[in-house]
Amino acid sequence: MQYDHIIITTFYSMAFDSKVPKGPLENKWTEYKDHCKLVNPANKRKLEIIVIGTGLAGASAAASLGEMGYKVKSFCFQDSPRRAHSIAAQGGINAAKNYQNDGDSVFRLFYDTLKGGDYRSRDSNVYRLAEVSANIIDQCVAQGVPFAREYGGLLSNRSFGGVQVQRTFYAAGQTGQQLLLGAYSALERQVALGNVQVYDRHEMQEVVHIDGKARGIIARNMMTGELERHFGYAVLICSGGYGNVYFLSTNAMGSNVTAAWKAHKQGAYFANPCMTQIHPTCIPVTGDHQSKLTLMSESLRNDGRIWVPKQKDDKRKANQIPEQERDYYLERRYPAFGNLVPRDVASRAAKERCDAGYGVGTTKQAVYLDFTEAINRYGKIECGKHGIDNPSAEIIRHHGLEVVKEKYGNLFDMYEKITGENPYEVPMRIYPAIHYTMGGLWVDYELMTSVQGLYCLGEANYSDHGANRLGASALMQGLADGYFVIPYTLGNYLAGEIYHKPISTDHEAFATAEKQVAQRIAKLMGIKGKHSVDHFHKRLGKIMWEYCGMARNEAGLKQAIQEIRELRAEFWQDLRIPGSDKEYNPELDKAGRVADFLELGELMCLDALDRAESCGGHFREESQTPEGEALRNDEKFMYVSAWEFKSVGEWELHKEPLIFEKIQPTQRNYK
Amino acid sequence: MSFLEMFDVLNERLIEEGEDPIAFDHDCREGICGACSMVIDGKPHGPWAQNTTCQLHMRAFQDGDTIIVEPWRAKAFPVVKDLMVDRSAFDRVIQAGGYISVNTGNPADANAIPIDKKSADDAFAAAACIGCGACVAACKNSSAMLFAGAKVSQLALLPQGDPERKTRVIEMVAQMDKEGFGSCTATGACEATCPKGISITNIARLNKEYMRAILSSEEA
Repeated sequence: MQYDHIIITTFYSMAFDSKVPKGPLENKWTEYKDHCKLVNPANKRKLEIIVIGTGLAGASAAASLGEMGYKVKSFCFQDSPRRAHSIAAQGGINAAKNYQNDGDSVFRLFYDTLKGGDYRSRDSNVYRLAEVSANIIDQCVAQGVPFAREYGGLLSNRSFGGVQVQRTFYAAGQTGQQLLLGAYSALERQVALGNVQVYDRHEMQEVVHIDGKARGIIARNMMTGELERHFGYAVLICSGGYGNVYFLSTNAMGSNVTAAWKAHKQGAYFANPCMTQIHPTCIPVTGDHQSKLTLMSESLRNDGRIWVPKQKDDKRKANQIPEQERDYYLERRYPAFGNLVPRDVASRAAKERCDAGYGVGTTKQAVYLDFTEAINRYGKIECGKHGIDNPSAEIIRHHGLEVVKEKYGNLFDMYEKITGENPYEVPMRIYPAIHYTMGGLWVDYELMTSVQGLYCLGEANYSDHGANRLGASALMQGLADGYFVIPYTLGNYLAGEIYHKPISTDHEAFATAEKQVAQRIAKLMGIKGKHSVDHFHKRLGKIMWEYCGMARNEAGLKQAIQEIRELRAEFWQDLRIPGSDKEYNPELDKAGRVADFLELGELMCLDALDRAESCGGHFREESQTPEGEALRNDEKFMYVSAWEFKSVGEWELHKEPLIFEKIQPTQRNYK
Repeated sequence: MSFLEMFDVLNERLIEEGEDPIAFDHDCREGICGACSMVIDGKPHGPWAQNTTCQLHMRAFQDGDTIIVEPWRAKAFPVVKDLMVDRSAFDRVIQAGGYISVNTGNPADANAIPIDKKSADDAFAAAACIGCGACVAACKNSSAMLFAGAKVSQLALLPQGDPERKTRVIEMVAQMDKEGFGSCTATGACEATCPKGISITNIARLNKEYMRAILSSEEA
């Protein structure tokens, strides 16, 4: 096989410096803030910063940097920054506030996040995340984000998977929307004040390097096709995750890896690319024309119970199966955490039941998520509150339904619209789907990539979630990076840059980068083959899901690499893009993104092949406990893989060793 | 199959036949980003109540039905291509005052400002607006009062929004006029069309805020 001829060169060294401050874990960030360099206000006004993406990380960064006095250029491919895909996050945002007096603390949030990530993230970054988490809630409340509240007027919390405290703040099932609109308003305020300029319907196509530093970008105006040169003293990639490499995912249709991938090809290392999150509770695939999958928030696992019939291939309807013939398999296997085990564990357990023949629905690739008991329980509580003695089952149900509706109404409505079934009456059918990517551009403690002046924030970087992200931690990380980390770390770099004059976009490096982009677009337009972009994207998605999805093995991954290479060759010979590149052309936009996915997919498989252990969402069939749980191999794989791009299909692997100062990694146990 | 997946199939066929596909805005396909925007058989977002175009499914139609699809029609939303319009006017209305002027930094503890549950819930209900513009498309005057009313209400209902409540409503209304949105004649078409069920009482609240602001503010 072609793959066998590739030699992965590896360096187990500190070839790249992660710049973690010295001193005890709990003092590092304070120490850093006390000693980092600052830029004086008069100089900030002269410094232009480029921010790619307007999700939670990008919008919060652009707004905060604008407030500080920098001149910010903010880019998004959507028609408005408010539409970035953070808007779709449902469940909530974690913070170590301990408002519930249930024993929460910065250390516990840190520990849960590190353990949840199966000890494959850098502890100093995770500790800082836990430290700033409380400030995020304060900031958002000050902006007018309408979080859910109790009758006393104080903030309400709920539980999420993988933890035993209630630290998740939420706004019904639309927390991401409310947080993003908060960041978006802050951003628009800076636009009004003239500190930020937004370039919507623009896509970053290339990073411009001058003297080894990122100094700008080439962006394409998607409405006119015009290529634009933008100078900046620093470039921040906040472009989200790469889940759409699987074609079917819970990501938005436009979510893509392009900005991060261009940065990677220009020298930024890509870390832990195989680490993807498969969310256990999504609406199952129903047909061939399906364009995306829809998530049902993890918050539903607070109250919903997951089950399959005890009998194989049971043809009865859910409501006809009596209680004693149901297998609540998560409660059975993991009594301590029950339905609230972390996402990777819940996903694999669903796959195990379905593969063993216990799946439900027409495709048999689904399990039930049932609210009957919660409706009953809440109904009884409400009847008690209202002083109703001996309520009938009907009255209990009536009151219970009201509570469930208030908590999850929008999710239930969404389910009904998609499936045509009423989840208040019959249990939801759910199945795991690609949802989030923990991997991303490698960053140091300052969120700088391996390229000077090129930063990466939010889901686009690999930094905080290791091999598995806990629920309600993505919103926390996006906002932590944008509001509370980058305002300090960027200044530390820019303080040294004020001595350089702005560079004209007539500089040769801009011309060369623009020419490269123009040539790539011309090449795509010139193929004039037979098939649409989606045709190739769907095929890539099938390969990725089959071989680099919920379970992976050596033979499959090698097979996948081979198939991806063949598909990539076919793409460049047989793609058809109608129209011209000098107008709005969504097929051309998609083609550029899929061309990048076709390169990334190979790297994901390569990384999964290299990591011959199971950890978090990365499950290598060769490495499991007798009970089928993920089995880590800390002796060989206690590192972050950071891949350096050499040429298409060729990388060099660097390894950042992981050393844990305060905790001893153990086999994760949620039983 | 969803309505937009039907468009995917149609476009796929057009491309394979060598024709240009139909351009339309869409992204999240789960009813929250607000990008999708089609007038379907005369109704913004189609026949289902409290629904976005991306969440409409083909089971809403019969085999053989002719379906008429148009872009949003409003002076303030110029058509860009096929079914796409330019809604940047909404961003500019928000720039005029749809925020609380607080910089990132060290605000007070979140629980230092208790907010009664009803105000918090009402503020949330107003804040649920997805900025799709269906309210404008449905209104015979192309008024953006439901959009602006939702934001004004959210911030007027919360104590954090109080210091700027007068200037906010005056500036946002002025910007709406400048963008070419029409006046509100309270037909209620916006509320009936809104995919998120934003209540028309938010327009009443905007009017109340506006009156309060111009009657009590010398600057106005």
